[in-house]
Amino acid sequence: MRVLRVGDRALLVELDDSGATEALHAELLRRRAAGALPAVREIVPAARTVLLDGVDAPERLAAELAGWEPAPLHARVGEAVEVPVRYDGPDLPEVAALWGVSVEAAVRIHTAAEFRVSFCGFAPGFGYLTGLGERYEVPRRATPRTAVPAGSVALAGPYTGVYPRSSPGGWQLIGSTDLVLWDAERDPAALLAPGTRVRFTAGGGR
Amino acid sequence: MSDRALAVVRAGALTTVQDLGRTGYAHLGVPRSGALDPAAVRLVNRLVGNPEDSAVLETTVSGCALRPRCAVTVAVGGAPCPVRVDGRPAAWGTTVRVGAGSVLEVGAAVRGLRSYVAVGGGIAVAPVLGSRSTDLLSGLGPAPLAEDTVLPLGPDTGVRVAVDAPPWPGPPDELVLRVRLGPRDDWFTADALRALSTRAYRVSPASNRIGLRLDGPPLERAVAGELPSEGMVLGAVQVPPDGRPVVFLADHPTTGGYPVVAVVREADLGAAAQAVPGTPVRFVPVR
Repeated sequence: MRVLRVGDRALLVELDDSGATEALHAELLRRRAAGALPAVREIVPAARTVLLDGVDAPERLAAELAGWEPAPLHARVGEAVEVPVRYDGPDLPEVAALWGVSVEAAVRIHTAAEFRVSFCGFAPGFGYLTGLGERYEVPRRATPRTAVPAGSVALAGPYTGVYPRSSPGGWQLIGSTDLVLWDAERDPAALLAPGTRVRFTAGGGR
Repeated sequence: MSDRALAVVRAGALTTVQDLGRTGYAHLGVPRSGALDPAAVRLVNRLVGNPEDSAVLETTVSGCALRPRCAVTVAVGGAPCPVRVDGRPAAWGTTVRVGAGSVLEVGAAVRGLRSYVAVGGGIAVAPVLGSRSTDLLSGLGPAPLAEDTVLPLGPDTGVRVAVDAPPWPGPPDELVLRVRLGPRDDWFTADALRALSTRAYRVSPASNRIGLRLDGPPLERAVAGELPSEGMVLGAVQVPPDGRPVVFLADHPTTGGYPVVAVVREADLGAAAQAVPGTPVRFVPVR
């Protein structure tokens, strides 16, 4: 664990892998909920880092963090959000070919995996989900699409994501869901917040 | 009963509703947003008797014109500009009374870029995640003003604060940005770090609410390859592949994959938001 200063009021904690990052994020949330963390305005997990922004005494917090040993994540803590998917995305055959399996087997692989929202970014409510094994990583499309429909379920690198709204995008589209991923009027606004467990099920909707 | 609302007569180049921002949701990918010159917002709000974090209008370069449907007290601050009520000159930087149906004309900025218009009672559009700010990156909050937009106003407290000479440092001839190096200064060559603190940059016309883009010597990287996406802060000096630094302003993305060489002090960002394209920029590393 490496703690870097970010300006006058923030720290960036860098970890070795996504598992350690998710464990530290969970530990921070636990301590915050227990009132055992100094005031931090934003706790922003990412691929290999957790950003702590809006910290009054960053040096003191940095020293404190150095002594932490976050407990490893338990795989099955909390309810999993179930995302029903129509596996009919235009890039599904290509993804299956990259994996060296049939389209049906690709769907089985994706629905058998247990995912976790590693972090959000790109757009409000867009979660980067980890859970597929390393051998299932896929590249982004060489040419991004100018418009990816809302609800598209997509893969890029080690991540699965669901587009909360229509936007340009370069991920491989494998299906779509009718779930509303983001609604600023709803509480919680984001269905897939960092730390949330997720399962995808086949045959959702129509 | 009068209709507590404000009709937009002329929207200007880009006029948005802004308060002090939407904090606490960065982990969901929600930018902080909020006024680019928060000191100006606090001041105009105090002048009209609003809480400092009430929603105001932020204009860009060309001002705007508004017709209140009820008598209101307003204050125009931030970038200095001519103010008129029904064509008659009125004061900038202090309270102005505008009658129901009269037209408040906020003229083009004489210096600086962004003027702020506070109205007694505040702009009372529905808050989204605790803020009324327009976020141009992710589209949260009210749309930018258009001709015929009608904005609801909150109840006016009627309490005015006497502020004789509002402090206004004025937009800078040279923008001096104090920075703390890191977190990714080790991704850059020693020459690049020297260039950052000694060479002159200029504000690029491509700047917007997301970032202050700078023209000047590109910063050369010592580390090739990609940085995994990481959390970004206000004032981060991010360096994209072309090497030209971008200083993140209120509508910045919450995560990014280009290395941040340094972070600008928050106190210096209001001046950055008022610096017109072409303004010389100097980075001064501090600890």
